[in-house]
Amino acid sequence: MDMIKQRAAISGIGQSEVGRRLGKSGLALTVDAVMDALADAGLEPKDIDGISTWPGLNTDIPGFSPVGAPELKDALQLNLNWYSGSSEAPGQLGAVVNACMAVASGMVKHVICFRTINETTALSQLKGKVASTVGGGQQVDGWAKYMVPFDAFSASNWVALYAQKHFHEYGTTREQLGQIAVNARRNAGLNPKAIYRDPITLDDYLNSRMISSPLCLYDCDVPVDASTVIIISRLEEARELNKTPIRFESIGCAHNSRYSWDQFDDLSTQALRDASAALWKNTDLKPADVDVAELYDGFSFICLDWLEQLGFCGKGEGGAFIEGGSRIALDGEIPLNTHGGQLSAGRTHGFGFMHEACTQLWGEGGERQVANKPQVAIASAGGGTLAASFLLTRD
Amino acid sequence: MIANRTMPVVDPSEAHFWCGGKEGRLLISRCQSCSEYIHPTGPICPACLSREIKPEAVSGKAVISTFTINYQAWFPDLEVPYVVAIVELEEQPSVRLMTNIVGCDLESVHIGMKVRVIFKQVDEIFLPLFEPEVTA
Ligand SMILES: [Zn+2]
Repeated sequence: MDMIKQRAAISGIGQSEVGRRLGKSGLALTVDAVMDALADAGLEPKDIDGISTWPGLNTDIPGFSPVGAPELKDALQLNLNWYSGSSEAPGQLGAVVNACMAVASGMVKHVICFRTINETTALSQLKGKVASTVGGGQQVDGWAKYMVPFDAFSASNWVALYAQKHFHEYGTTREQLGQIAVNARRNAGLNPKAIYRDPITLDDYLNSRMISSPLCLYDCDVPVDASTVIIISRLEEARELNKTPIRFESIGCAHNSRYSWDQFDDLSTQALRDASAALWKNTDLKPADVDVAELYDGFSFICLDWLEQLGFCGKGEGGAFIEGGSRIALDGEIPLNTHGGQLSAGRTHGFGFMHEACTQLWGEGGERQVANKPQVAIASAGGGTLAASFLLTRD
Repeated sequence: MIANRTMPVVDPSEAHFWCGGKEGRLLISRCQSCSEYIHPTGPICPACLSREIKPEAVSGKAVISTFTINYQAWFPDLEVPYVVAIVELEEQPSVRLMTNIVGCDLESVHIGMKVRVIFKQVDEIFLPLFEPEVTA
């Protein structure tokens, strides 16, 4: 970790248009995000010598990952010293961990990390075919085979099982959990790129349609088309570029239990427990030093779990911690998901949290900017078996 | 529930689990050296590294560790609502099965509820589902 801390940094970020059914190819979105990030950093394509992406090209699920490292390399005819794209990583931002290690090792100078998704366009183009790979009557293999045959088709079901356990063990309520969604929507109202910007009340949340108890519609994120880029550079190179480098004070990606939704040792938390504990092992900073938290909210409960396990409150105390919503508001003790999270800004799938953490540390949040020049941010991604967390500081 | 369930690709090493219901038995892999149950099965016991792993019948009694009621019709022919649960086996609670709870009102399902296995046949496969354990 010390090598990453001393040698790697974020030098720029970029993002394509974010929207529903944009009708653009995944590669077009990716190139938009890459050009945006290069301009942000002050780099040109010829400077890039590495690519790292999650989960790599995936043609099984329409639009889930329409672009891999080779497609981007070819589109810009990049000369690379290293590249990688794989879903076998500690969460979506595992691609950033790989890039940090590659930079710290001296293998590469500037790595484009990206996540591209265009499910809403891809699904709309299926024209009436079953919009899933796990529809009735098909077969399932791999890690999902012990879940899907029991009609547990969706991550909504899997996360709901954990949420229900947490409710049971700790007395957490929907009234409390709803603050994750209400807070996200309030912040999204200040983010021009967010998908859902009209405010919702706790009553709207409580009255929304149940998806898989105790999770309702507003507990689930919104699929979008988007590409998000983080550029990882050698620290000394980054210092010569446009932006103040953002450094990795610590990274947590530990995974110490069963790699399984159903066999995990504690069903009231997730793999993020271990990734959170590992984050604090490599640093003298404490949760109280964190100025802004961008924590994965593919489902609201995942975000609550991150808050607890990262130590912003104790295990099981998350419900009481977020009750009323003031602690996690933009002017609260730990501003949370300042862009609106995936719940309201859209499922940029993990990368959006690091993008927003950088935006806040660079003071570029516009109307949603956290006051008093935040210096320390946490970004995290992943739920269930996936998790990585990052403690980011300005150089 | 869906009439036409998505079914697992069954590797020969795990056929006992998916097909044991044909004889009315829930078969779980067990280390013959240290007696640990291993689920899903594997080629080695992670506790003692023995390779002697054999399927053994368990009682089929379990406790609901957690559950959710699914209301969303993910497909047009999916009949909702229904219960998805994770149950812990009586013999070794760390062995858990994701399953459906059937044969009772949705409202009666709760964490800690005692259940027992029943099997739903789909061609060669017998899915282990659970229903309330009726006590005398
Ligand atoms: Zn053993």
